[in-house]
Amino acid sequence: MSRLKILALLPLAVALSGCNYVVLAPAGDIAAQQRDLVIISTILMLLIVVPVMALTVLFAWRYRQSNTSARYEPEWDHSTSLELVIWSAPLLIIVCLGALTWMGTHLLDPYRNIGRINAERAVDQSRAPLEVDVVALDWKWLFIYPDYGIATVNELAAPVDRPINFHITASSVMNSFYIPALAGQIYAMPGMETSLHAVINHAGTYKGFSANYSGAGFSGMHFNFQGLDDKGFDAWIASAKSAGGSLGRTEYLKLEKPSQNEPVRRWGTIDSDLYRLILNMCVETGKMCQSEMMAIDAKGGLGHEGLNNTLPLAYDKYARRGTALGPEPTFVAGTCTPDAPQGAATTAAIKAPIDTAPLIGAGLKRPTFTPLKSSSFFLGQRPKSDS
Amino acid sequence: MSPDLLKLIFGRLSIDSLPLHEPILVGTFAMVALGGITLLAGLTYFRLWGYLWREWFTSVDHKRIGIMYMILGIVMLLRGFADALMMRAQQALAFGGSEGFLPAHHYDQVFTAHGVIMIFFVAMPLVTGLMNFVVPLQIGARDVSFPFLNNFSFWMTVGGAVLVMASLFIGEFARTGWLAYPPLSNIGYSPDVGVDYYIWGLQVAGVGTTLSGINLICTIVKLRCPGMTMMKMPVFTWTSLCTNVLIVASFPVLTVVLALLTLDRYVGTNFFTNDFGGSPMMYVNLIWIWGHPEVYILVLPAFGIFSEVTSTFSGKRLFGYTSMVYATVVITILSYLVWLHHFFTMGSGASVNSFFGITTMIISIPTGAKMFNWLFTMYRGRIRFELPMLWTIAFMLTFVLGGMTGVLLAVPPADFVLHNSLFLIAHFHNVIIGGVVFGAFAGINYWFPKAFGFKLDPFWGKLSFWFWVTGFYLAFMPLYVLGLMGVTRRLRVFDDPSLQIWFIIAGIGAFLVFLGILSMLMQFAVSFLKREQLKDVTGDPWDARTLEWATSSPPPAYNFAFTPVVHDNDAWWDMKRRGYRRPLTGFKPIHMPSNTGTGIILAGFATAMGFGLIWYIWWLAAASFIAMLAVGIGHTFNYHRDFDIPADDVVRAEDARTQLLAGAK
Repeated sequence: MSRLKILALLPLAVALSGCNYVVLAPAGDIAAQQRDLVIISTILMLLIVVPVMALTVLFAWRYRQSNTSARYEPEWDHSTSLELVIWSAPLLIIVCLGALTWMGTHLLDPYRNIGRINAERAVDQSRAPLEVDVVALDWKWLFIYPDYGIATVNELAAPVDRPINFHITASSVMNSFYIPALAGQIYAMPGMETSLHAVINHAGTYKGFSANYSGAGFSGMHFNFQGLDDKGFDAWIASAKSAGGSLGRTEYLKLEKPSQNEPVRRWGTIDSDLYRLILNMCVETGKMCQSEMMAIDAKGGLGHEGLNNTLPLAYDKYARRGTALGPEPTFVAGTCTPDAPQGAATTAAIKAPIDTAPLIGAGLKRPTFTPLKSSSFFLGQRPKSDS
Repeated sequence: MSPDLLKLIFGRLSIDSLPLHEPILVGTFAMVALGGITLLAGLTYFRLWGYLWREWFTSVDHKRIGIMYMILGIVMLLRGFADALMMRAQQALAFGGSEGFLPAHHYDQVFTAHGVIMIFFVAMPLVTGLMNFVVPLQIGARDVSFPFLNNFSFWMTVGGAVLVMASLFIGEFARTGWLAYPPLSNIGYSPDVGVDYYIWGLQVAGVGTTLSGINLICTIVKLRCPGMTMMKMPVFTWTSLCTNVLIVASFPVLTVVLALLTLDRYVGTNFFTNDFGGSPMMYVNLIWIWGHPEVYILVLPAFGIFSEVTSTFSGKRLFGYTSMVYATVVITILSYLVWLHHFFTMGSGASVNSFFGITTMIISIPTGAKMFNWLFTMYRGRIRFELPMLWTIAFMLTFVLGGMTGVLLAVPPADFVLHNSLFLIAHFHNVIIGGVVFGAFAGINYWFPKAFGFKLDPFWGKLSFWFWVTGFYLAFMPLYVLGLMGVTRRLRVFDDPSLQIWFIIAGIGAFLVFLGILSMLMQFAVSFLKREQLKDVTGDPWDARTLEWATSSPPPAYNFAFTPVVHDNDAWWDMKRRGYRRPLTGFKPIHMPSNTGTGIILAGFATAMGFGLIWYIWWLAAASFIAMLAVGIGHTFNYHRDFDIPADDVVRAEDARTQLLAGAK
């Protein structure tokens, strides 16, 4: 059995002699603290794991059948004091580890502002952190620097020792934003925002990638993260600025279409509202932003009328959802606006309702709530918010 | 024919659905077809169809169903392992600009299929098979509570496996990862049949698993022989009870979450979509509320096997039986309080993450206690290093490593840097191979003589053991290392050439495991040829302790001519010590359940219905569903459900055993 253990340790021994051990030797303070927790927890557990493994080998050898000199007590099956030890020893270790976990989890919460640059230096409050908006697209990363008005694809840079606040979302499926040298990962999800606070302490080029499988182009979904000194970062911003080009809503809609192994791209100017629109799933004109929807819902919702008003809400667009069964989606094709009252400027074929009843959509009947016959059976199960 | 008519008849299925352009699949198909035809021809030539149908397929005997589960598990292991070899080869090759040999479309199916098959159609059948075979014998029962249901459950599991296998040659399997997280698995991003194969394969098999869980709980609670109180049950029976409680409580969650995904995909609901208020995070929560208990469903019976094996081969009572039982029950309960540790990185707050991290760590306390109990069972024993014991020692050394990395991953900040990395992959293979697979092999080597009347060949067994163990360490230790280098899972191509050496080592490890599997098949073949030499006439080849060894090997259909009476935890040990004498007279007719083909027929229709639903062949789905109802109702009018084994037959069987035992002395 000891041969096994040597075999198990062999790769570790070889690995320690070289190789890019990024999780154990990161360049950012958050990742370094996470690394410390990995090591402390491992040592704590080795306190019990090593004796167990040693005893296993020892007992297996000592009490082998051919060793008749060893004591044999076939009826011995209980010892209260031993039971106390075997339950309390793991318990004590878990108590220590639990305390460590509680503190570590709160201190290293990715949503928490960081309080220190590294073990020696606290954060300089007078210097604003770098804000970066991150969007996971199919299959590349979009980084927006709102304070500098630039955007890049598959390239990220940050000045050394300046706290970075990442705001992270995605366009279609789940990904995970991970730069091992900088800090732990956090999922990127469409229509939702996650956060990560981190700081890079050493200049250099590090790998970043998606750590959650997201489809065919997943393997190529990586980027370089550059830790630069202040001068280098300013130069990097300037070069992005000079790259020209503008990333607006139409450019974004083209960009978000699936593509694989994208090269680095930069835009010198951006639509300052773009990230908010992406997060609220309303980059496409005519879509209702989630923030707006939530505001409406907070005031009681649109009632039955909302059931028909689905076109502005349909989001999964480039792969239009089509199911085999179930009702055809219904939607409002045109409404009257202050500029074009009573549908004057809308398509001639569609007549807006003239009666004073609440708007229920052009040419559409109020949904009936007889189950099974209704075209909106599944939606009809919701509580009626207007009653 | 008009396209409309074609669509009505074949749904989405067309000639393009066959993967004729993929040479790997065409080659595989040719081999499978050739093997299949040879097998069918052989069965026909030797006129085995009738025998198989009467004695096995329609059998309601828990022992035969258990053996069929094991065969299913081993056959599916070959498929799942072929996937593993392909992944290892792809990752070892795809460096320095090379794309490897698998395109994304194929590779993504391979890793999804590997996970699904290994968990649902290898580990589950192996575990269920052992429980089915052993539990009724261990509690002195004649069969399970619902023998027909048992047969039906088995065939439903086969039905699910058939659907998953069909996806290899007709259409494609899911390209989503083994838990099919939406939005990726939703119709918008996975419009093809892959996810539908996944859903219906698991739903069909899930019916079998749930029913089998109910069946075994009922069996253990109601059919124990006189004297066997709960605290006198063998530990394997205890762990089986807890596992089946977990199955019954958690599989319905899987059924529901898959049903919701089905509704999203088929009728356009929005439970897990990005838009219309759907929440993909809800799916992730629900599937892990099933998924974490599932891990314990697999490993608890393995713990039971190790308990039986350690105590038998140490020639000693199990140390701390009571604390072992309580540890099992505590694990059962706690396994429901930890699911969130699978996605600390999804953005829960620090307090939520800490709560789930700490509950996860707490599970290691009863698990650690179990480890010590096995250790002190060996202490002051007389250990015989037969194959089951070798697997147990390998388990003890391997599993503590896996447990340690598991607790490490339960520390949320550590998880943030290791989640979804190859470190995680190494961890769960470490516990599943080191725990469940080693446990299943210990169980197979331990109970094989009981099932077939002869032991397994030790030479090939040891060869298989060493190949497996060294192969495992070579295959997975490099993955721990790669994980610490920040390499994530499910990657198809790599840029950094310094990583390649680790993938090559892992590939060599996988190849050694492959040799281990071959040796195991060889072990079965050699043992069969040498069955006269390896024969066990006593029914108790290991000088064991629990009731299943009190009867003959293989046991008669009725298990025990007279229901045993139990006075001690180690019932058979106690009987041997007190000079138990087999009754030789006074046999009575024995009331037994009759075989029925209803189970296999129902499962066949269920599979056809699944196939129809996958391909939108609505007439097939509807017709199969109606046929299922009809057969189900028809079966309620079957009044030939039981019979009596005549006393003469019992006398003949028991006399034959008396002579065998006399000859053995």
